[in-house]
Amino acid sequence: MTELLVPIVVATLAAGTPLVFAALGELVAEKSGVLNLGVEGMMLVGAIAAFAATVASGSAWVGVLAGMLAGAAMSFVFAVLALTLQANQVAAGLALSLFGLGLSAFAGKPLESVALQAPQAVPVPLLSEIPLLGPMLFSHQPLVYLSWLMAVLVSLFLYRSRAGLVLRAVGESPASATAIGYPAIAIRYLATLFGGAMAGIAGAFLSIVYTPMWVEGMTAGRGWIALALVVFATWRPARVLAGAYLFGGVTMLQFFAQGAGVAVASQLLSSLPYLATIVVLVLISRNPHTIRLNAPVSLGKPYHPDA
Amino acid sequence: MRLRLEARPAPSRAMRYLSPLVATALTVVAGFIVFSGLGREPLAAFHAFFVRPVSSLNGLAELVLKASPLMLIATGLAIGYRANVWNIGAEGQLILGAIFGGGLALAFPGAESRWFLVLMVLAGATGGLLWAAIPALLRNRFNTNEILVSLMLVYVATLLLSYLVHGPWRDPQGFNFPQSRMFADAALYPILAEPTRLNAGFLVALGAVACGWLFIERSFLGYQMRVAGLAEAAARYAGFSSGRTVWIGMLAGGAAAGIAGVGEVAGPIGQLTSSVSPGYGFAAIIVAFVGRLNPVGIVFASLLMSLLYLGGESAQMELRLPSAITGLFQGMLLFFLLGSDVLVHYRVRLLPRAPAPREEAAA
Amino acid sequence: MGAESPAPRLALRGIRKAYPAVVANDGIDLAVLPGEIHAVLGENGAGKSTLMKIIYGVARPDAGEIRWEGRRIEVPSPQAARALGIGMVFQHFSLFETLTVAENVALALPGERDLAALARRIEEVSARYGLPLDPRRLVHSLSVGERQRVEIVRCLLLEPRLLIMDEPTSVLTPQAVRRLFETLRQLAAEGCSILYISHKLDEIQALCHAATVLRAGRVTGTCDPRRETASSMARMMIGKDLPVCEHAEARTSGEARLVLDGLCLPAQDPFGTELQDIRLRVHAGEIVGVAGVSGNGQQELLRALSGEVTLGRAEAVKLAGVAAGRLHPGRRRRMGLGFVPEERLGRGAVPTMTLSENTLLTAHRAAGMVRGGLVQRARLRAFALEAIGRFAVMCGGPEAEARSLSGGNLQKFIVGRELLQAPRMLVVSQPTWGLDVGASAFIRQALIDLRNAGAAILVISEELDELFEICDRIAVMAKGRLSPAARTRDTSVEEIGVWMSGLWPGAAPDAGEAARAPAP
Repeated sequence: MTELLVPIVVATLAAGTPLVFAALGELVAEKSGVLNLGVEGMMLVGAIAAFAATVASGSAWVGVLAGMLAGAAMSFVFAVLALTLQANQVAAGLALSLFGLGLSAFAGKPLESVALQAPQAVPVPLLSEIPLLGPMLFSHQPLVYLSWLMAVLVSLFLYRSRAGLVLRAVGESPASATAIGYPAIAIRYLATLFGGAMAGIAGAFLSIVYTPMWVEGMTAGRGWIALALVVFATWRPARVLAGAYLFGGVTMLQFFAQGAGVAVASQLLSSLPYLATIVVLVLISRNPHTIRLNAPVSLGKPYHPDA
Repeated sequence: MRLRLEARPAPSRAMRYLSPLVATALTVVAGFIVFSGLGREPLAAFHAFFVRPVSSLNGLAELVLKASPLMLIATGLAIGYRANVWNIGAEGQLILGAIFGGGLALAFPGAESRWFLVLMVLAGATGGLLWAAIPALLRNRFNTNEILVSLMLVYVATLLLSYLVHGPWRDPQGFNFPQSRMFADAALYPILAEPTRLNAGFLVALGAVACGWLFIERSFLGYQMRVAGLAEAAARYAGFSSGRTVWIGMLAGGAAAGIAGVGEVAGPIGQLTSSVSPGYGFAAIIVAFVGRLNPVGIVFASLLMSLLYLGGESAQMELRLPSAITGLFQGMLLFFLLGSDVLVHYRVRLLPRAPAPREEAAA
Repeated sequence: MGAESPAPRLALRGIRKAYPAVVANDGIDLAVLPGEIHAVLGENGAGKSTLMKIIYGVARPDAGEIRWEGRRIEVPSPQAARALGIGMVFQHFSLFETLTVAENVALALPGERDLAALARRIEEVSARYGLPLDPRRLVHSLSVGERQRVEIVRCLLLEPRLLIMDEPTSVLTPQAVRRLFETLRQLAAEGCSILYISHKLDEIQALCHAATVLRAGRVTGTCDPRRETASSMARMMIGKDLPVCEHAEARTSGEARLVLDGLCLPAQDPFGTELQDIRLRVHAGEIVGVAGVSGNGQQELLRALSGEVTLGRAEAVKLAGVAAGRLHPGRRRRMGLGFVPEERLGRGAVPTMTLSENTLLTAHRAAGMVRGGLVQRARLRAFALEAIGRFAVMCGGPEAEARSLSGGNLQKFIVGRELLQAPRMLVVSQPTWGLDVGASAFIRQALIDLRNAGAAILVISEELDELFEICDRIAVMAKGRLSPAARTRDTSVEEIGVWMSGLWPGAAPDAGEAARAPAP
């Protein structure tokens, strides 16, 4: 039993990790009132940048840094369009996703046949020796630990720090925030850049750790699932974690089911994460009050201080 | 020095029409920069990308052939987008259209009637409708975000098609390739201009664009959809049903995409394969925006987008650049469009402070 | 600087601010002495709010100078204003609904980290100035009056030397206005200067030591309001005497056209109000007013009347004798119900559509505007032209976009659109909110004329003066309940004020001391 449990848990956590990064980043952006539908594109560009940088430098950390910067650069383009030039946020986000898909496919062509060695897992000293829990929770890739740290930090930032209070205030009413003297647009820029950097890390995790290679469109909708996760988590960091691992589990299901010889078409199993996303969205959206009470009030609404 | 936006007293109508042209020009400029950056001679590259594909009759036919599904889907999507109903799953609805229409062709391999194609188109429309009905129903019943649901269904549709052509619908004589039997002649669109591949699907697309124009610009229902998109509270005040808006907005795109799906399998492809569209469902989103959500504009935008597809193929052959460059240009075009749209509502000023705003006759 | 020095705390000279479409302030001079309550008087659109934004650092002047206690200064931001000792209470509050009172206050206080200590200070200050507040409550659960207290307390914690109050009484009951005035007088006695922005002449006479009058962006006079009459100040404000509506007594009332019979409606929104057992009859040929502080169920009542929200029980709303509670807005319109909503742009009219297109919003059943599913554009244009002509709408013609009109002209157009359909029943919300005196008088007269023509009219308004001017009977809405309607000539502002707190004869015992939107 436990022989099966440990690999299932380990694989689930790994599968959920890119979602944790991307969804946490998007959560912060949305808390400031910015709806960036470009997560998929930012992840893809992050993935290819990280992969290329790792191939060139030989260091996975250089790759992660490159992915982070690439994601942030993508989100900057979005921010200029949506925050400075007042473009419709939905359209600008879609544009970012489509552009990221095109850019990464183009830039990644020469790298398609290159393979990388996945970095070694780093067990936490002492903790990893706890029976059962040790191998399950404390023998992971460093980025997995980083994702947990980020969840804690984002939570503390939003609900325990003054800066987080200001960010939430901007997300509720940028006009009021401006009236009492906060630079709403600048704050939204920062939140958007953070979201982009996190999506970039999520992409980096995919291309240099999870499946250490580059395949066109390799995020396979994870960016969109991350967006759904933010809704599912009702904009709370801890629930993002739970939701991400739920999806990680669903993703792993297909491999374990195939391994166990379950006679179901592989395509059906592969579609489970997407169907699960829809089911989860229906369940959480069913009660409009849940969304009304938790969604940032100004989410997706353009704001211009002179208007 | 700093850029500053200054609201215009009234939005500029001239800019509303000019900004797609500005965006196109910027895309071309960016193209020059990209080609130079890749070490290609920019003028030659420009010629290979934008000119050579359309310098023959066959090239022009291909341009129209590829523009047909784009204008068809974009018109359907525009009806929804006008009402803030964001169907971004047209790619999936296209696949379902191909499955329904193609399934019919496979079920009746001996069909000979010329009406059979009409049935296929109807079946394709039904497939697209059904797939688009899921996000519409979920949004109306459970308040579920249609953007995410329609997009998730793209992946499901892709997997469904993959299952069919790998499994039950695979051609037994097909050497195990993931593809169906070829369709009978009656299940194929007639060619309009031999020896090119341009087929009657283009006429279907033009007809749909005309209907779309009449609906959006002249019908009362279209007016209600526009009100819903421009001012939701006003639509509620006027008593226009929001549920109906969502249904029409989603289904218009679904039906159009489904018909486009039939157009692909009953047109250039002639069978079901695991990939029936080079991303037309997504490119049509860009076409819809670049065409200003207006069917007339969409026709022009679809030709431009089609040119980007042909240019990508040409770049692969002539410039040894990956054809994925098409996606890069498509994304840039939408970026530039969204960026230049700011000029509709704002004037861009350079600080330090310019002299007092000059009076401008509202054009 | 000696103690006797009369150096003003704030002095403005030659302030100018132009926006692309309008010069909002032009050569404004203003001086406020320490401990003085100084009124800035002017009708809507005179430039009062722009001037206050300049003083508070939200907007920058194009020209002119600001002196603070004799020194020339710049106010680049609200933080800079607060650092100087300038506080501002906004007309449309700058509060964050999903945050607590203490968090809201903390956002305006730089370096405030300890929320528990801050909560104690909030309680201290609010006790000292008679402004009771619970720092832990979420703002969305507060009544409008309580929200204003949050804004005031937030300013007071900064120990301001100048407090700007922007139209503070428009959201208060008459009794609450008196309490506010006591607080302000106490502050002034302690040496704080107060800039009091208003267009209400009687309040300014009761409270202020000095007044600066603005009209169309310029100063038209300064005075001591205690020595002026209302009409002399009105002449400074609008350049002529206040217009009066012609208002004959209601004829003997006709049939009951609009009947609410035990209307109940659970809150649709987590921040909304539940309607409980609303009963009201509006007869043909009369205007009935609904007074009350906003947020007490007026929005919900309007939706239930218009049909935007349908009811379980059809008999709860009867239109011309027909049970209509389950009917949608279009069906109700066909029965002769007209409706003028409070938000003109975005609800009553689509901002980016032309006036022609905007006629189609509600008048599509009249005048053959739609034939065979297609829009007859010539008909729209003709209808728009008629509304523009008959209701004196100043605009660039029927093809002008709705948002290009001034508030008053757009309201005239919307009222015109509804009235041209000859409604048998009309529901109007805040008919003259934010309008200048001329447009207000025009709209009120149009309503009275419609009444005289035999329609049943229901007016929901926060402006008591307006209701007393045009209504035959007045009822009060508080906490989702509606009082009985009193004949206007038998009641008084004072009595209606008491009712606005939920205390009318026979009121349910749980209608507490302060009207508030209950949080479900």
